[in-house]
This record gives sequence, C-alpha cells and structure tokens, in this order.
Amino acid sequence: MQHTLIALVENKPGVLNRVASLFRRRNFNIDSLNVGQTEKPDISRMTIVVDSDSTDARHVEANLYKLVNVIDVQDVTGQPAVVRDLALIKVNAKLSQRAEIANLASIFRGRIVDVAAESVIVEITGTEDKIDSLTELLRPFGIIEMVRTGQVAMMRGNYAPVRHLPGAGSNGNHHEVLMN
Amino acid sequence: MELTGAEILWESLMREGVEVVFGIPGGASIPIFDAMLKYPIHHVLTRHEQGAAHMADGYARASGKVGVALATSGPGATNLVTGIATAMLDSTPVVFITGQVQSYLIGGDAFQEVDVTGITLPITKHNYLITQADQIAPAVCEAFYIARTGRPGPVLIDICKDAQIEKTEFVYPEKIELVGYKPPRTAPTHLLNKAAEMIHASKKPIILAGHGALISQAMDVIQQLARTTQTPVAMTLLGLGAMPASDPLSLGMMGMHGEAYCNLAIQNSDLIIALGMRFDDRVTGNLKTYAPHAKKIHIEIDPSEVDKNVAVDLPLIGDLKTVLSDLLPLIEEVHHDQWLEQIEEWRAESDSRDILYWPDDGKLYTAQVIHNIWEATQGNAVLVTGVGQHQMWAAQYYRFEKPYRFITSGGAGTMGFGVPAALGAWFADQQNEVWLVDGDGSFQMTQAELSTMVQEGANVKIAIMNNHFLGMVRQWQEFFYDSRYSGTPLTGPDFVKIAEAHGIPGRRITQREEIYPALEFAKNTRGPVLLNFIVEKEDAVYPMVPAGADLHAMIRRPVRQTEEIV
Repeated sequence: MQHTLIALVENKPGVLNRVASLFRRRNFNIDSLNVGQTEKPDISRMTIVVDSDSTDARHVEANLYKLVNVIDVQDVTGQPAVVRDLALIKVNAKLSQRAEIANLASIFRGRIVDVAAESVIVEITGTEDKIDSLTELLRPFGIIEMVRTGQVAMMRGNYAPVRHLPGAGSNGNHHEVLMN
Repeated sequence: MELTGAEILWESLMREGVEVVFGIPGGASIPIFDAMLKYPIHHVLTRHEQGAAHMADGYARASGKVGVALATSGPGATNLVTGIATAMLDSTPVVFITGQVQSYLIGGDAFQEVDVTGITLPITKHNYLITQADQIAPAVCEAFYIARTGRPGPVLIDICKDAQIEKTEFVYPEKIELVGYKPPRTAPTHLLNKAAEMIHASKKPIILAGHGALISQAMDVIQQLARTTQTPVAMTLLGLGAMPASDPLSLGMMGMHGEAYCNLAIQNSDLIIALGMRFDDRVTGNLKTYAPHAKKIHIEIDPSEVDKNVAVDLPLIGDLKTVLSDLLPLIEEVHHDQWLEQIEEWRAESDSRDILYWPDDGKLYTAQVIHNIWEATQGNAVLVTGVGQHQMWAAQYYRFEKPYRFITSGGAGTMGFGVPAALGAWFADQQNEVWLVDGDGSFQMTQAELSTMVQEGANVKIAIMNNHFLGMVRQWQEFFYDSRYSGTPLTGPDFVKIAEAHGIPGRRITQREEIYPALEFAKNTRGPVLLNFIVEKEDAVYPMVPAGADLHAMIRRPVRQTEEIV
C-alpha cells in the first residue's frame, strides 16, 4: 500500500539533500518524491509517496520533523484530496496509427503534444491508476520513452489533512503534542 | 561598528557564554585564530582534531553547557568526524566550527577543500555553510540554540575564509525564529491521566532511566516518582547517576552488561516506564522476547524514537522533567513490597557471584581496582572512560551517587574517547577529582593528548587497566569464536615511561596490596598522574547478554572461584 505525505520545507539550498539523505540513512523506501514551489517564495512543497508495507509513514513523518528546515508534514492518504501525476509518453506511431493513439489518449483526457514522422508524445494527467491504464494500452504500439513527475497532492476544500504529529502511537488517539 | 567575520564569530561566542574552545588552526582558519587574540576565550591547542571534538564533548557532558571545537578545512574537519558522530549518538550539545576554502573556490577541489557540510549531514543535528560575514552571527545564535534544546546534539558551522575576512555590521540576533524547529514541551492532560491509571494498576513496575533523565535534569522528579510508587529504577549506561546507586530502589545498569537482577526485573515487570531512553539494542537484547508481559509508557522528547525499536502502549512526547512534573500530582502512593522482595532475592543471588568477594589469588582484576578507586574518591569523582571492558566494569563498580559524573561514549562506543574527554571534563569541573579509567587499547588511540593535558596543567588522574588485549573483542572471541584471538593481542609501550616523557609521574601496579598506596600517591600528587595497572589478561565482563539474545539469557560469572575462569 502507498502512503502520500506532503512536507512543507524552507526553500534553502541543500534542503532536498537533507530530506533525501534522511530517507537513505533511515532506510526508508520511497516510491516517488516531487518538489516544487508554493504560493510563498520561501517555502517549497514536497509530495512524498512511501511504500508503507516496508516503511512506516509515521516514522517518516517523525523523522522529517527532526530536520530543522521542515515546517509541516501532512498525511493525505485516504483523505478527500486531489492527487495528480503527469506523464509524457513517446510512442511509436506510423501515419496509420496516429488517429487510434489520439483516440485512446482522448478517452483518458490525454492529448498529443508532439507529432513526428514515426512517433508521437502523449501527455496525460491524473491519478496513478489512470496513467497506468493508458500506459498499458499504449504499450502494444511500442513505448520509446516515458517520464512521470511523481504524485502531487492537495486537500479538497476545507478538509484538514491528517497530522499524525510526532509520537503518533499505533493504538489509539494519543497523537497530540503541545508545542511551545 | 563594522567587524570582520572572524571577529563577529568571537563576539557571538562571547554572547553565548563560551569560556573555552578546543582546536587546531590551519590555512582556512587563520583569520579566526588571529581575531581570537582579542577575546578572553581560552583556546586549548589539541594534538589531533579528534581530541578537540572529544574534549568539547566531555566538557559539554560534565558542565551541561555547549562545548565548542574548532578545526580548519579538509583534513582538519574530517578528523572531527568521529567526535561529531560520538556527540550525535549520545545527544551531547557541541558546536563545531570549521574553516572552509574561499566561497568562490567551492566545488573546485581547491587545496584542503572537503565537502564538510555534506560529510557531516547525517551526523549533525543541523549544519551551516557560511559564505558571507553577515550570516555568521545568526548561524552561531541558531547553532547554540539548536544544539542545547530539544534532544541536544552537535551542530556544525563551516565558514568560508573570505567570510572570515569580510567586514560587516555586527548585530547579534535578539530572538530566534526557526519555523521548522519547535521542540515539544509537555503531553496533554488526558494522556497524563492515562499514564497515572497505568501506573496505579501495575503490580510489578520498573522505571528505565536514560541519558534524557540527566539532559532534562529530571533526577528529582524521577526519584520522587520512584519513591511514591515504590518503583525500582534501572539505568542505561548514560543514565547512571539519575538515581543514587546507594538507594535501595536503584537497580544499577540494565542491558548487555547490566546487573542480572536488573535485567530479570525488566523481563518480569508488568509495566515499563521508559524515561528519556531509546531502547537501544544493547539495552533490549532480542526484541521479540523483551519484557513480554509489560505495558510500556515512553516519555521522550524525540518523537522519532517512539515505536522505533519497541512498540509502546502510551507515548508521552515532551521534555522529561516537564512531563513528569505534570504527571506527579496525579500519582498516588502505591506499594510493591512483594515485587521488591523478589528483586532483592535476585540481587542476593547476583552478589554471590561478585568478583569483589574473591580471595586474593595474586592477580589484579579491573573490577577490584575500580571498586578501590570508588572507595578512594568516596564515589565523588568525575569518572571518564574509554570504550571496552574497563568501561563496562567502571559502569558496574563505580557506584555513581550523582549525575554528570560518568563521562563515557555510549551509542558510538568510540575508543580513544577517554584521554581527551577527561581533559574536557576537567575544564568543566575543577571542584571534583577527575579520574580517567582507560584500557591500554583505548588509551593508545588518543595518547597524544597527554601532551595537551600537560600544556594545560590539567589535574587528571589516569588509571590504565592494562590487559595487553583489545579486551572486549577478545571476550567475544573467547565466548563466540572458540577463543581464536584474531587481531586482539596488544603490546603497548611502558606507559610509566610514556608518562615520564611528558613530565607526568607514573607507577606500575601488579599486586592487590599496591592498589591503595598507588591511589593515595595519585591523590596526593598535584597535576596528572598515570597509574599502569597490570590486570588479569583474560578476565571477562559478566553478566553478558550475547548480542541479539534474550535479555534474561545472560552468561553469568561462575559462582565460586576456581583455578580456571571460564
């Protein structure tokens, strides 16, 4: 099973390195890690997907908080959140196949963003499942190369994400921590 | 007023109350050393940067203040690494300051350039690379704050040479704003109530006190909790001193070389109250069989330690002293006479195996020497050790009545810690005698700092437990590798002559009746003294829980003395 965490971090040199180094040192198994800007120039946002069969999401969260540059960690797994992944898929496409590929893409609300003599690039945005499905359908044409951004996530409306908060126990709701 | 970056560094250190720094200058730190002459901070010139790191660490542990070590770029900084890791694993507050090549040379493999912030990233609580003079004051201010608050730890500031030279306006920050760093303070009331319920319901409780007990200065509240609820207190290696050893509720040290009755009490308890400790593998043994009947309350400031090794029933995240102070009013007096009687039975059985009661067989045993040092110093010395057998015997036989008196490398197990840490501890505490109990292996790793000791006129008494082996590894080889002593036999120099070459008086002791006169000689001599105790070569530390074995599955010292020691 996958766990999706959002970390707000200070936008300073070396912060990504600190996070990556933490995951390596603690032997955390990370499926994807996406970093980008936020509405505040001094804060970056990381979306971290961990394989929670091998890595306890609460430990990831508690360890992230140990980094001085990490401001907030939210868990959006199973919450009312919008989760998106973007993929660019370059597929073999002879002239005769272009229409079929364009058709498939449009069923998934994807689109063709580049056309060459022997290939096209399909762009698709959505959940991981959706992208996986389209990828499987395109595979018979021959995928030349593919890139995915990894997931980004945001809670819907006014819903609050889960903050296990450091020290979350496995049994019960003794998660609260009073900060200074 | 405009100051150079180097001057700003010293101004900042003055404002943090720094009195002494340990280090070695080099090309990339010359401006720092040049500016140092203007400030009343004492610099101790060490013989190796590892020594500087351990001195600052020893100073921090004995004083409760932040230690400071200084090194130059490249090899100067990498020589600190063992000391930084040692401080990290034992949560000691040390600020490391390193010189770095000019900022415009960074990344170009300049002379003595090493990526120090990269290297030390996983072994520091936080670190800084400073490229401009105006970054220095805020970095120092934050570094000291981060090092000493929350779960303390080492912080490194790497300062480029051009930033040391550059002039800028000096303004020391009046307050610190770290958006991502807010150490937890105390636990919510309903959780405290739940903890009180669990404590009241327990029939066989035990308190496990770790280094956090000392760091949080929670000794009083721990003792109060123990006495109100008749709960015995076991301590980790670094928790020794949390409860006076003479207190009937003290069970001494737990774990791999813990007292047998202490480990049995843990295994048979129905409630563990873990205070500022992290269930290290040296403390738990096999996790699957660890305290199987016990519910567990874990009071801990670092949330990432909760459920890391041992799943707990109730974590209380916060500063130990604050949490316990909030908890105590909810605690009612309870009695556990039967439980304590059971523990006393185990204790009596342990005593029957104690090597202290062996008749004189013409040999010296480290345990007895340490027992005699304890007697000669009335249990009041600051005792510093290296790492190995002598360290474990010191933990077992120097019965600490007070906290901050046992300075030893726990988590990292850093051999060579002793000599420099003893000097650092002496700078921190000149009211009490400072004794270094070291092994011949550990001592030789940082022997060069004897010279520093003499240069500083430090009053440190050195007792080497010389068994001509890397004794702890030898013990493992004896127990688990069919006595194949690979790489462990050790010849050393004549340590008394080494001492004399440094102008330090020394003595060699081989018989039991020579111990007391030698200790008296050391006590009555001003300045450092070196005592070379030639101890039994193949003695073993008992009890011993083999690595990964069940905590109750201890190898015990044979009950009666026989000619051959197992």
